[in-house]
This record gives sequence, structure tokens and C-alpha cells, in this order.
Amino acid sequence: MAAPTVNRTAGAAAGAASPAVGQAQTVPLGKALNMGLRAAMERDPKVIVLGEDIGKLGGVFRITDGLQKDFGEQRVLDTPLAESGIVGTAVGLALRGFRPVCEIQFDGFVFPAFDQIVSQLAKLHYRSQGVLKMPVVVRVPFGGGIGAVEHHSESPESYFAHCAGLKVVACSNPVDAYWMIQQAIACDDPVMFFEPKRRYWEKAELDPAATPQPLFASRVVRPGSTATLVAYGPMVRTALDAAAAAEDDGHSLEVIDLRSLSPLDLDPVFDSVRRTGHLVLVAEAPAEASITSEVAARVQQECFYSLEAPVLRVTGFDTPYPPSKCEEEYLPDLDRVLDAVDRSLAY
Amino acid sequence: MSSPQQPPHGEALAVGAPTATSAAPTAQQVIAGLRATTEGGDDLVQLLTPEGERVQHPQFEVDVTAEDLQGFYRDMVLIRRADREANALQRQGQLGIWVPLLGQEAAQIGAGRALKPQDMAFPSYREHGIAWCRGVDPTALLGIFRGTDQGSWNPKETGFHLYTIVIGNQCLNAAGYAMGQRFDGKVGDADGEATIVFFGDGATSQGDVHEGMVWAAVYDAPLVFYCQNNQWAISEPLERQTRVPLYQRARGYGFPGIRVDGNDVLACLAVTRWALEECRTGNGPVLVEAYTYRMDAHTTSDDPTRYRLMDELEAWKLKDPIERVRVHMVREGMAGQDFFDGVQAEADELAERFRDFCVNMPNPGPERIFANVYAEESPPVAAQRDGYLAYHESFAGGEH
Repeated sequence: MAAPTVNRTAGAAAGAASPAVGQAQTVPLGKALNMGLRAAMERDPKVIVLGEDIGKLGGVFRITDGLQKDFGEQRVLDTPLAESGIVGTAVGLALRGFRPVCEIQFDGFVFPAFDQIVSQLAKLHYRSQGVLKMPVVVRVPFGGGIGAVEHHSESPESYFAHCAGLKVVACSNPVDAYWMIQQAIACDDPVMFFEPKRRYWEKAELDPAATPQPLFASRVVRPGSTATLVAYGPMVRTALDAAAAAEDDGHSLEVIDLRSLSPLDLDPVFDSVRRTGHLVLVAEAPAEASITSEVAARVQQECFYSLEAPVLRVTGFDTPYPPSKCEEEYLPDLDRVLDAVDRSLAY
Repeated sequence: MSSPQQPPHGEALAVGAPTATSAAPTAQQVIAGLRATTEGGDDLVQLLTPEGERVQHPQFEVDVTAEDLQGFYRDMVLIRRADREANALQRQGQLGIWVPLLGQEAAQIGAGRALKPQDMAFPSYREHGIAWCRGVDPTALLGIFRGTDQGSWNPKETGFHLYTIVIGNQCLNAAGYAMGQRFDGKVGDADGEATIVFFGDGATSQGDVHEGMVWAAVYDAPLVFYCQNNQWAISEPLERQTRVPLYQRARGYGFPGIRVDGNDVLACLAVTRWALEECRTGNGPVLVEAYTYRMDAHTTSDDPTRYRLMDELEAWKLKDPIERVRVHMVREGMAGQDFFDGVQAEADELAERFRDFCVNMPNPGPERIFANVYAEESPPVAAQRDGYLAYHESFAGGEH
């Protein structure tokens, strides 16, 4: 695991919006990603960013805002409109010694790049027996909740977690976003980096002088003792809201943010389930053959005698992502999470 | 040779006007073997005829000594010998599969000998001749087809990327690499770097090849797209891939496209050298279509008798890439019997060494399954490895 050496001056040249050295400030998740990208680009001239509309426009979500102005068109590339091309050329650039960061504009557009991701990006290190490294990050804004048209609200992370050779992470908050993007860029393996697009505007206090947690580690984000909630990406906020509401009912829910989806870091989950005996998994993605399937299987393997109830899942349905006027029904919310907690506790 | 020609390096580039392709052959024409008699069209660049006569071309010329020709002849004979030996090893059960090179020796040796050490080559999976030119020993190719590795050479040290089996993927990887050469400031003079990517006529239908051409064009990448049009994509003839001659597609991307006689090692050398020079001096990309013929099956698993006629093959045998060099050298007194005997002896030695190496390749152990999945170890994969190796250990002393 290569947590980057923290550059204490990272962001110092990042313009007015960046924090001064060691100074905490409140930033939204999208801005934290922008600051993290900037810090990584300042630290290593081999870091380049490529994607559609990421230059002058700064990306449709403005995650790369200002980067082309400051780092030039050779390090922030507005690419032709083809995702296989973005990832396929990133593979070649990585072979040349660059550390490309690809932006896929929306989750549903990652599929044209799927071939390059699973056939080349994921396998070159293995095929070459370690001679060829693929330090490529593929950023994917994912998940629903923004009232978008189809192909703009999907949760495709499980496809990539299923593929050996890729690492898959999902950030859930501004602090993680800032650190995790830098750590993903510093990693010598390809990293699929999922960003919870509906949480881009949620704010938290970020201290660039803090010491980051390792990238491929889960974290208990709210301790509790009655039942365990496990979530990642946009559903961490939902799980935390559910835990806060459950407190009123006298339930103490522990919430764990997976952060890394491949490899999974499940020891904190096992520890928690051994204490609570109840586990509810929460994700936007459909349930079948998913991250939540994998966690459920592993928990029953490791915590069989600790479970007081079957592992329950609250997820998107096994349907295509519906028209957006249905998405409030489709997406797990606080009530569905608490309903599952109640069913688990009543088992 | 009446068509518009590519101007020499450095001048403004015109591309052959897109003319209608000669109509796709009818079923009757195919049955009559007429496909085999097409000469590649008016724009074909040729410097050595199938009869071994040197001919001039107004734009592409190459100065070669007798020693150079002997070298190309030796290259082609040796790589053909390794290729035939590998084919036999598959038939004898020593290889799972082989991908024959037969017939494409000139297309590859010509291109391969045009490369400079600082250049990078991205092969498909039939580029045994390019491997040879990059200093990759033919034995290093065997592991892929025997199942002991997935590419044993070091792409960084050889300037020869691993074989790419998914059709067309490598065109984008090469485009990215070539963009990197430019970003690194290695393009712009005669000492600059260039990249060449190899693919076939079938691959030209792939999106990644199209995207690779778009990327290379808009980023001015120093990339030679080298299409070996061997007329067949397994069982599908060229007319299932294209309406226009493939080299003319370059016009749509805004860079020059040239069709070269792929069975003429001198023409392939001259055109590729020019194309690489264009790229390293900043005038890339360039498309080269080497018009050739796959004289053997697609792979050892293929059966061409189901989809093409023997007389097509017989017609192409008359255009053999090696024979025309031999005839030329003999006629011009550039090589005597001693030379040909020497190459033959060398081929025999290579064949023996190649066979010995193949049959003695050790199988990888189970730990190979888990090695190098990641650069930074993944705990779940490590746990699976440890568990499986412990399972093996549990049979210690037994036959497992």
C-alpha cells in the first residue's frame, strides 16, 4: 500500500480556494477532489489528467476546474469523445512512464472502456510478470439521486470488483475524497475510483496537514452496539442518517464505510458483527452478484456463530435504473434501512 | 503506378484520392481464384517484383548493398523456419496452438528492419518477424503458445510490447505511448522517437483501431499504423471489412496512407522507414497497408479448406517474399551457393535449438497463478494463495 508521502505544501499554489499550509477549511466533496488532484499533479509531473470536457470547462461536475489553466494542455487533456480511447491511450501513456488519471463523465459511459479496462489495464502487470506497471486511475462519478436521464445514475462498481488486477475504491466524504484520490494516483496498480456524484456538494472540514488513513482500508464511521450497518459511497450518508434516527428508538447502530471495494477490508466488519450479531448491508447497486453479495458471503464464513439473524441487504432493485421520477423509490433511504434493522433485530 | 504518389518526407502530404474499390469479387470470381490475382491496385509500392527484378519507384527508394539483402534473406529464412517448426510442434502436441507467419515474412522483416533502437513496436499476435528484428529470440515466443507464460520478454528492454490478442486493443495503447513520446519532447528531429503498431485487415473493423487513428491524428502522435492486409480474418475475406482499399481510410483521419507490396521486403523497408521518419520528425501519424497473404491457416486450430480455394494459395506462392530475394541475389551475383548453404545450416541449428527449448520448458507451479496480480499485494489474493499452497502441502509425500 503506497500512501503518498504527504506534501505539506500541497495546494499552496492551488489558487485562492486552496487552504494554506496546515489550515483546515470547510470544502465540498467535489472541491476536495479538485484539491487532491492538484496536489498530486504538483507533487509528480508525470501525473496527467484526461477526459471529456475536463479542460476549459473543468468537467461537467467541475472536478478538474482550473487544472488546465495551471498545468497546461499537455497535462490536462480534453480528449476526443470516446471512452475506450481515454483508457486505451492511458494504458499506453502509463507504459511510457506517465501516471494518467482518466475521467469518465458518467457511470453509464464507462462501458465503452470496459474492454480496455479488463483486457489491458487489469492484466498487463500479470501478463508481464510485474515488468509493466499500470498506475492508472479511472474516476467514475456514480450513483443516482440527481434526477438525471438514463445512463447517468448507475452503480457499475461490481463489474470491476469482479475483475482481478483492478483495485476499486469509493469515497463517501470530502476528507476521504481529498486523500483517497492522491493515494489512488500514487498506487502502482490500476484503481477504479468511484465518486458519489450526489454527494459532490456535501461539505466537511478538511485539514490538508492531517495524516491520511490507508487507501485500501474500511473504517468505522460511527460506533455502535445493537446492529452493524455497512455501506460505501453515497450510501454512507444514508446509513449515518439512519443510525442517528435509530438512536431515538434506543438502537445503537455501528456504521462502517467500506471505502475499498476491491480488495475488501472486512476485519472491522467481522469485529463489529461479532459484537452486534446483526448485519445490514446498504448499497445503491442491484443486489445480485454484487459487492453486498460478497460481503454477505464472507461474513457468514467468518462470523457464522456470531450472527443472530441472517445478513440483510438494502439495495437498488435487480432492474435497470428506472426513470428518475421513480428513483426515490429505487434508491435505499433511511426508512428502508431502518425497516431492515427492525427485521434483523426481530428475527 | 499512375496514381498520386506520396511526396517525400518533409513536403506537404497529399493522400491518394479515394477511388472506388475494384468491385468486390463475386462468388464465381472467388471460386475461380480471381482474388488471388489482384495486384493490390495501382497505388502499390513495389521495389522488387515477384520475379526478383529491381524496379524503381519515384517516391520510395532504398539503397541496399548485397550484404543488406543477404541479411534480409537470412532474417526471412530463419523466422520462417522457426514458424514452420512451431507449427510442427503444435501438431506433435508440444504447443497448444500456433499462429503461423508464413507468407508475411517480408511485411515484417521490412518493417522491423526499418525500426531504430529508440522506437517502440506494438504487435498483435502474429508478429514473430518483428520480434526477431527487436532481438526477441524465437524461443521467447513459445511460452504463450505452450501455456507456460503470457509473454516472456521485457517490453521495455526490447522496445517490443507484449503480444495483444484482443483484436485492435494495441492501436490505442500505441497511440497513448506515442503521445507520451511527444509529451516527453522526443519528437522533432532525425534522432527522435517513433512508435509502430501492427494489426490486420480484420482489426480495421474494430472501434479501437478507429479511435487509435483519431487520437493519433488529433494529438499529432508519432505513430505508424502498420496494417498487414493478409486478405483473410480467419474465414472472412477483405470485403467483409471494407468497401475501400484500407490505405485510403487514412484520408478520412487526415494523414497519409500508403499501400506497399507486403511480399516485397525492400518496399516494406523503404515505406516503413519513410513513415517512421515522418513520425520522428513530427509529421505523424502515417498508415501503411502491407498487401500480403496469409499462406497458412489463421492458427493451427483453423481449417482454411472450408472457406478458400487452393488455387488462391498457389497464385500467391508465385509471389513468395523469400524466393524473389533469392532469385534477385543469384541473378545479380550478390550471393553464391556458400551463402545459401550457410543460411540453411543456420536454420537447421535454429530449428534444433528451438525444438529442444520447447520440449524442455518447465511447467509453472501453482504459485504462478497468484504471482503479480497486483504491484502492491492484495490481502485476499495472498490469502487464496496461502490457502491453496497449504492444500497442496497437505498431500506432502503423496502424489499431489
